[in-house]
Amino acid sequence: MRRLKTLWKKYEQNKLAHGIFLLIYIGVTSLSLYTAQKSVTAFLLLLTSLLLLYFTKFTNLTKWLIAGFVLVFLLPFTASNGDAYQSYMEVSTLVGIYIAMALGLNIVVGMAGLLDLGFVAFFAVGAYTYGIFATAQASNFMPFGTFPLSGESFWLFIIIGGLVAALFGILLGIPVLRVKGDYLAIVTLGFGEIIRIIFNNLDRPINITNGAMGISSVTPPRLFGIDFLYPSQFYYIVLVLLFFTIFTVRRFEHSKIGRSWKAVRENEIAAQAMGVPLVRTKLMAFAIGATFSGMMGVVFAAKQAFVDPTSFTLLESITILVMVVLGGMGSVPGVILGAAVMTILNLQVLTEMTNWLNQLSLSGIISIPYALSPAKMQRFIFGALLILFALYRPKGLLPAKNRIFIEKDLQGANRKAKLVTPQEQSENEKL
Amino acid sequence: MSILEVRNLTKKFGGLTANQDVSMTVEKNSITAVIGPNGAGKTTFFNMITGVYQPTSGIILLENEKINGLQPHDVSKKGISRTFQNIRLFNEMSVLENVLVGMHINLKAGLLGILLNLPAIRKEEKASEMKAYNLLEYVGLADSLNEKACNLSYGAQRRLEIARALAANPKVLLLDEPAAGMNPKETKNLTQLIQSMKHEFNLTVILIEHDMKLVMEISEHIVVLDHGEKIAEGKPENIRNNPKVVEAYLGSGAIQTG
Repeated sequence: MRRLKTLWKKYEQNKLAHGIFLLIYIGVTSLSLYTAQKSVTAFLLLLTSLLLLYFTKFTNLTKWLIAGFVLVFLLPFTASNGDAYQSYMEVSTLVGIYIAMALGLNIVVGMAGLLDLGFVAFFAVGAYTYGIFATAQASNFMPFGTFPLSGESFWLFIIIGGLVAALFGILLGIPVLRVKGDYLAIVTLGFGEIIRIIFNNLDRPINITNGAMGISSVTPPRLFGIDFLYPSQFYYIVLVLLFFTIFTVRRFEHSKIGRSWKAVRENEIAAQAMGVPLVRTKLMAFAIGATFSGMMGVVFAAKQAFVDPTSFTLLESITILVMVVLGGMGSVPGVILGAAVMTILNLQVLTEMTNWLNQLSLSGIISIPYALSPAKMQRFIFGALLILFALYRPKGLLPAKNRIFIEKDLQGANRKAKLVTPQEQSENEKL
Repeated sequence: MSILEVRNLTKKFGGLTANQDVSMTVEKNSITAVIGPNGAGKTTFFNMITGVYQPTSGIILLENEKINGLQPHDVSKKGISRTFQNIRLFNEMSVLENVLVGMHINLKAGLLGILLNLPAIRKEEKASEMKAYNLLEYVGLADSLNEKACNLSYGAQRRLEIARALAANPKVLLLDEPAAGMNPKETKNLTQLIQSMKHEFNLTVILIEHDMKLVMEISEHIVVLDHGEKIAEGKPENIRNNPKVVEAYLGSGAIQTG
């Protein structure tokens, strides 16, 4: 036992060992995914390699390069060999969308400490922004221009969707920021519902959203004459946006803005006394959080080619919030993990289990009543998970950590400040 | 030369008058103490200066510029920084980050600059981290720079609050009961710290304090409040013997019996 422990210690210190283990792990899982196409387990294990990667001792840049390689080449390639390809890519795309949304909500809830129960509204705003203009719907109220817009406009609409969502974030923020805590939660919940109901009823007097019928046959995105129709294509759009989101959130987190969010969360009065403008800081959190959600909304509308109000219910908002809480409020890696776990659990594990149990009952081995099938128990399972987490990991899967400053780099401020070369500075950046 | 001037400041909460016609002048580069029994309106007075409360009537002038009516964050931009009676740190943030928040108003970084990570922003950030570390060294907290603020001892938390307030580069520093809950040794260190930072940072200090030993030792000017009104002001030795002050603290019986 003791020998095992020392061995483990040695392993923990050794970068090369990490590298070798990771390489073997990725190799084995991708090979098994390539050969056993239908194995969801192999697919999930390959994704787990990213989590293992997170725990290695490589520099950030190396980690990003490996993660990029796995996500851009390895995963799509190894999965592409069979008929389950599109369904894998569909799951990966949705995971990406949810991660970006959860990261957006994490800014509002985790960093700025503003409990928002209507976050899906921004996603809806983004989705409808593209949905309306990428179908003939817009010609009902736009006197000029021809609709639907071409698929090339999608790329512009990613930005527009983000901006419109940010605008709604500010519009929500202005009246709402007078209330705090529980009251804020209720008001945002109301806002989320109002947006959904407005979209549900905005088919009269002018038909803008086509009401409960939803907007169908949304123009697919088009780039260099190629239409984006399949999840395997959307996967790459989501991947790019996701990298952008993570990158942005990381930048903000350790900047003046991120610190002022956390300061407002920790103590409003003290933050104000230190010169942090309360309203502006909170509005910025709402707007930036909403932006990511709005951008992913545009992608979602294009991917589904269909938008209707039922995709944006309160349950969706709660699910995103659960992702944040489960992963660890305020922790970027935690939230990514939380969102991935929740989405995969929801889309793959539970459905797989249901299929498996159904097969068992069909072949007469055991019989499980329909009402007890795992897919039906989704909420029960999530609820149980949350209770377990509240009991045993109240700060989430990967709790938020403060940045660690290296004392040596900060010493001798007066003399050294001018002597720092750009090279040293970039070295310090990584730390 | 006066740096802060308060004229006829009154604050009413409904029927309760917390401050009534308080006027005072604070000399530049001095240490002024505001004393008085509990409930005399000292903290309300501080809250009006820092913009937390708006005065019912009266004027507050900082370097002859009117500052009442401003939001707290604007007041801090004008150069008034403060600490709190009941410690208000950013508990979950690290000690160094607490000080960095204090520098907020001196950082020029904008949204786009942060996103693009411009060299100027990186340089500014690096310089502010070093300055923050310097301040921590100054108050003696350099060893725990990565510690969470809530894990510090009580005395250390008080010192961190001072470091955070100093980070804003204020002209006037308001200390609300800085020695509350400290043992005699800590209080002695604090006394030295306040005196030294007045010179080091070219500060004007106004403090509320109940520890009379500290007050008499460091303040050049004392203002006494009772029931929201100013009952006396002057040099420490004059205040010590002022019958009105003794009465406010000990009751009228104290004077008659000697």
